[in-house]
Amino acid sequence: MVSIEEYGEFETAWCPGCGNFSIIKSLKQALAEQDLAPHDIIISSGIGQAAKLPHYIRCNMFNGLHGRSLPVAQGIKMANPEMPVIVTSGDGCSYGEGGNHFLAAIRRNMDLTVLVHDNQIYGLTKGQASPTSARGHVTKAQPEGNRSDGFNPVATTVAMRASFVARAFSGEPEHLVATIKEAMAHKGFSLVDILQPCVSFNKVNTFAWYKERTYILEDHDPTDWAAAMTLSEEFDDRIPLGVIYREDKPVFGHGGRLAEHGYDKNDLKAVLQSYT
Amino acid sequence: MPEKSINIVIGGAAGQGLVTIGQLLSKAITRAGHHLLVTQRYMSRVRGGHNTYAIRMGEEDLLGGTESIDILAALNAETLEKHLDEVGEGGLVVAGADLDTEGLNALRIPYKELSPKPLFYNTAMLGVLGRAVNIDLSILEELLKQTFGKKGDEVVEANLEVLRKAYAWVSDQDHDFFCDFKSNDSKGRMMLNGNEAIGLGALAAGCNFVSFYPMTPSTGVAMTLIAKGAPLGLQYEQVEDEIAAMNMAIGASYAGARALVTTSGGGFALMEEAVSLAGVSETPLVCVVVQRPGPATGLPTRTEQADLNLVLYSGHGELPRAIFAPATPEDCFYLTHRAFDLAETYQTPIFILSEQYLADSYRDVEPFNLDDLPEVAGPLLEWKEGEYKRYAVTDDGISPRLIPGFSEALVRADSHTHEENSKISEDKTVRVAQNSKRLRKESGLFEEVIGPDYYGTDNPDALLVCWGPTLGACLEAMDRYDGDKSLAVLHFKQVYPLREEQFLDYLEDADRVIDVEGNATAQFAQLIARETGFMMPDRILRYDGRAMTWEYVLKGLSDIL
Repeated sequence: MVSIEEYGEFETAWCPGCGNFSIIKSLKQALAEQDLAPHDIIISSGIGQAAKLPHYIRCNMFNGLHGRSLPVAQGIKMANPEMPVIVTSGDGCSYGEGGNHFLAAIRRNMDLTVLVHDNQIYGLTKGQASPTSARGHVTKAQPEGNRSDGFNPVATTVAMRASFVARAFSGEPEHLVATIKEAMAHKGFSLVDILQPCVSFNKVNTFAWYKERTYILEDHDPTDWAAAMTLSEEFDDRIPLGVIYREDKPVFGHGGRLAEHGYDKNDLKAVLQSYT
Repeated sequence: MPEKSINIVIGGAAGQGLVTIGQLLSKAITRAGHHLLVTQRYMSRVRGGHNTYAIRMGEEDLLGGTESIDILAALNAETLEKHLDEVGEGGLVVAGADLDTEGLNALRIPYKELSPKPLFYNTAMLGVLGRAVNIDLSILEELLKQTFGKKGDEVVEANLEVLRKAYAWVSDQDHDFFCDFKSNDSKGRMMLNGNEAIGLGALAAGCNFVSFYPMTPSTGVAMTLIAKGAPLGLQYEQVEDEIAAMNMAIGASYAGARALVTTSGGGFALMEEAVSLAGVSETPLVCVVVQRPGPATGLPTRTEQADLNLVLYSGHGELPRAIFAPATPEDCFYLTHRAFDLAETYQTPIFILSEQYLADSYRDVEPFNLDDLPEVAGPLLEWKEGEYKRYAVTDDGISPRLIPGFSEALVRADSHTHEENSKISEDKTVRVAQNSKRLRKESGLFEEVIGPDYYGTDNPDALLVCWGPTLGACLEAMDRYDGDKSLAVLHFKQVYPLREEQFLDYLEDADRVIDVEGNATAQFAQLIARETGFMMPDRILRYDGRAMTWEYVLKGLSDIL
């Protein structure tokens, strides 16, 4: 049995009280509980405070560019379909800079687990509005309040009939561990939008703000698309946590591990022959 | 020099089938044992407009296109309007009887007599052209059987009947055109264009991954890989944008694929961010850039050599790279194969810089020799020597590249400045050690540079310097030049890095050095000046979107010399 200690403990660049601490601990626990060793998985991340996560956990990693964690992850999956691939990045990276990749990845439906650390603010660049900041949210960059509507990742992914859509909260670690495990067990594109406070730069959506509003779903049928759609709009006084939508659909096909793949010379000769 | 060559130009609107006729005739010419070189000029539209498919056919190897027309095959009246004045003395016009060819040396095809319906008019044109250039009927018949075989016997028979009628009809016509080329000895040659040859070179190197966003004129590379490679296990994906294409290929390469991306200038501009990522994460990648004229949308379906600087300086920060510029389909094949070996050995992006003219230019080619290709380097799957450090500092700058998932060693790739064990670091010593390590790989790339090829007399009065597919026009111009100066040609198929000891003597030994390029700012001449201090003020530059021809070079020479 793999122990959580095998994933290591590292000094981090996160602020004391950051929701990332709970998320990384929950991820390690979810991995250990699935008996996955550090060399069994790959984490792909972008740039941002959340995207530093793979530096604080022992495992294979590709820490690439801001917004580009999904294309890298999908390339990894195509080259090695046997390996669980986890994507971990923030709301700016996933929904802003990487927005087009996010939509395409949902449609492509590779077997990936996407953990979005959603604190509704840009932390690493010190407090500008993020795609999920609500309209009117005041920051130094938006002194008159955010002039755009906040992006609703859950509603968007449900509308697109993404294969697995869940919401969790860093302040509910047990639920978070269970949700990550469920997302990883699901075959296909799995999103877990994880609400977390940014203690340094988000003075609106604080730990208490989330704590007051979030509740864990009990009687929701995630295979009911219309119910999921209605539920996905709920993000004000009450915010539901849990699996919002799930649909088994064709997973992006793939071959074997490309590192072991080669061509037979006679096959190549036949290819050349087809040009004569 | 191709003393015996003719230039067949098929013209018409997009959607009329001129490319189909052109490709079939090209293949028939190849199978008949003649040499050929195709120049395609087309507009950025699916229907209408005016396109041409020019086949230069000869007894000897052909290196470039030509402007004078010997056979003008017109699928519409516009073709006659636009190109009649390019038809040389004794040239032949082939057109439907409904077009006005009064007073011309013409074959006026009675389509309605030869074909039961318009669907087969192009087959009639093929039969007429095939007969006009003396291709055996059996070769054309075999070709149609292969082309239409999938559509069933009825379709094949209907086409064969029209072909035979059209072929026989020409024999009864009174026209003044004669073409009887000796066939060369080496039959069994391939007919393929630059994009296809790049795709085949990649497959021969074991390329098993391509991600791309369609962009003319580069798409053919991915189409070739999918058509020929996917049945053999190659993985492919058409992605949402070029940013995704490049990042996906990097992810695949990290996880053990042999990956390629293909695009043109605008798409490559989007890939640049990830060029930098490939450099710092030390991920092997072959990037094909098939140039078309910019800026921005520019001339989407035409040719130019104006993205040398874009590729040379692509990516933020400093990273090692090599850039190949093939002149021919053979170059496309062998240089792409080599690019994969260099990419894997030096764990950095390697570029193939082609252009529309070569991408679409079919040639007859001696079948590529798979048996004599050098082994392509590969990564490690196992690690047994203690702690694995992805970015270990070494003398040659090359760290062992392990693929994740095949051992218990962890493979950690990173885009920051990092320590040997991939940990983020802002320490200045680490920064210098890692940056220097990466740039030391340039020494290895430098050692492996393919030097330029020199053609012609020593110590010439004028030396033409060129790169990429401009070679053919320069060589033919040198051969056809009848002035009193001696000429030579220096051609670069690798444009970066440059090793001056491989070519500086040639430049200094010539009385005059003339730079010949398909761009407006002499980018390669400027690169040579940057690298060697040698200046080339005399220039023949073409940037009208058309390929360099020997006629264009000769005209430039007459202005300079």
